[in-house]
Amino acid sequence: MAETVTGSRLEKVLKSGHQAVTSECGPPRSSDASHIITKGQLIKDHVDSINVTDNQTSVTRLCSLAACVHLKLQGLDPVLQMVVRDRNRIALQSDILGAASFGINNVLCLSGDHQRFGDHPQAQNVFDLDSMQLVQTVRYMRDEGKFLSGDEIKQPPSMFVGAAANPFGDPFKIRVPRLAKKVACGAEFIQTQCIYNLDKFEKWMEGVRERGLHEKVYILAGITPMRSVGMARYLQKNVPGMDVPDELIERMKGVEKKKQADEGITIAVETIQRLKECKGVAGFHVMAIEWEEKVPEIVERSGLYPRPKID
Amino acid sequence: MIVGQQKPFEEIWQLVKDHKQFTVFGCNTCVAVCHQGGNKEAGILASQLRMRAVQDGLEIKIDDSGIERQCEHEFFEKAEELIQGSEAVLSLACGIGVQFMASKYPKTPVYPALNTTFLGDVPETGLFSEKCQACGDCVLGVTGGVCPVSRCAKRLLNGPCGGSTHGKCEISKDTECAWQLVIDRLEALGRLDDYEKVQPIKDWSKDRAGGPRTFKLEDF
Repeated sequence: MAETVTGSRLEKVLKSGHQAVTSECGPPRSSDASHIITKGQLIKDHVDSINVTDNQTSVTRLCSLAACVHLKLQGLDPVLQMVVRDRNRIALQSDILGAASFGINNVLCLSGDHQRFGDHPQAQNVFDLDSMQLVQTVRYMRDEGKFLSGDEIKQPPSMFVGAAANPFGDPFKIRVPRLAKKVACGAEFIQTQCIYNLDKFEKWMEGVRERGLHEKVYILAGITPMRSVGMARYLQKNVPGMDVPDELIERMKGVEKKKQADEGITIAVETIQRLKECKGVAGFHVMAIEWEEKVPEIVERSGLYPRPKID
Repeated sequence: MIVGQQKPFEEIWQLVKDHKQFTVFGCNTCVAVCHQGGNKEAGILASQLRMRAVQDGLEIKIDDSGIERQCEHEFFEKAEELIQGSEAVLSLACGIGVQFMASKYPKTPVYPALNTTFLGDVPETGLFSEKCQACGDCVLGVTGGVCPVSRCAKRLLNGPCGGSTHGKCEISKDTECAWQLVIDRLEALGRLDDYEKVQPIKDWSKDRAGGPRTFKLEDF
């Protein structure tokens, strides 16, 4: 097993050569923590680590850091998602220390959806750093034991550092170079955008392998089951950077309405099974949006259960 | 240049309606180019305000005039008497001109008729487009001459984000993705390899974030 540098369970799973499984929970629009704890409990035996989204789609929610603490107290391995939309470098570094103080050992560095999509389109945005610079920042804090200012951090944060990649964003020709940039910045794991266009994803992975990037970073393929043909159409038409081929819409449409959810799960399972054979895919990030109860079924049917026991 | 847009008429009316007399001043430079704040627009706005005063049965004397540039002392000479004799001023200048006027005449109320919207160019007749945020530390040299600070909705120095679709920004199909433009331009220049150079964390202290900025020529 490659040497681990943090207390992250995800890092241990990946470095011991297993295909990792992560999932994610969206915190509630409320101060009630039971919601996130229940979600965590639903999936904890079927995943290695759980991402907690950071005000996703720019809709105000219970903060990612607090939700991660709740999951950590349940003995789970949370991945703190951090967007650079809402906090400057002072707040970001502060929250990283705060998370590390609770033994949260994973961070996913993101730009964040523009606030125009959310519940406060009138809000100011920050973007003091971009997502790549946040990756650099966390690595610098951890590895050099310093703040961006150069001041010393007596006890540096022990963080396994991740970033996102969207092989389906435009222009396609820079999507591999863009991953290379994130790797150069210090990303250790990658969680991708939801994959529906497998041919395009495999083409991207080809480019990734040509440059040997799969040997420098663990790539977790993003999987989101569709609940209905309506959701498939919505993703295709309304979510920027999402690539849902017409064949999938047709396939969902060809199934009677009450069986469409099952079909969506089956598509997710087939996607995982195909990508398990794709060289360079180090695991799966299963994002069952407000459908967390289906994660165990997807993981089991994909042959990814039981999860490895890691101390 | 500085681009501005006239405020809604009702908002302007509410600012000035309680005066017995005021003078409307156009600013005949930047905001004249965008047909919002020049001397001609000042005349039109003054007429509209006079009509409104009549409609509301109010006796207000509304004069109008122009100042070539409301942000420099020398252009105020001709207007000096009129301003001194005015109860209030409605300025069609950008926010800079409004403040300059206000600081020159501390006892005269000065109201803005425009919203100063951005620093931009005129890509086609009648179209104005934001191109600069005056961040104080220009990155155009490494971004192929396309400014991500003003033209990327997330001002990413290492873009594009995952929301770039068919050359458009995730915020709107009408907004170009600045990073698509950067990449196209780098490619045209034969410098696409430069894309992989990681742009360092920016020093925003040279931006608005560092507080109001001034610049003094030592020889003057």
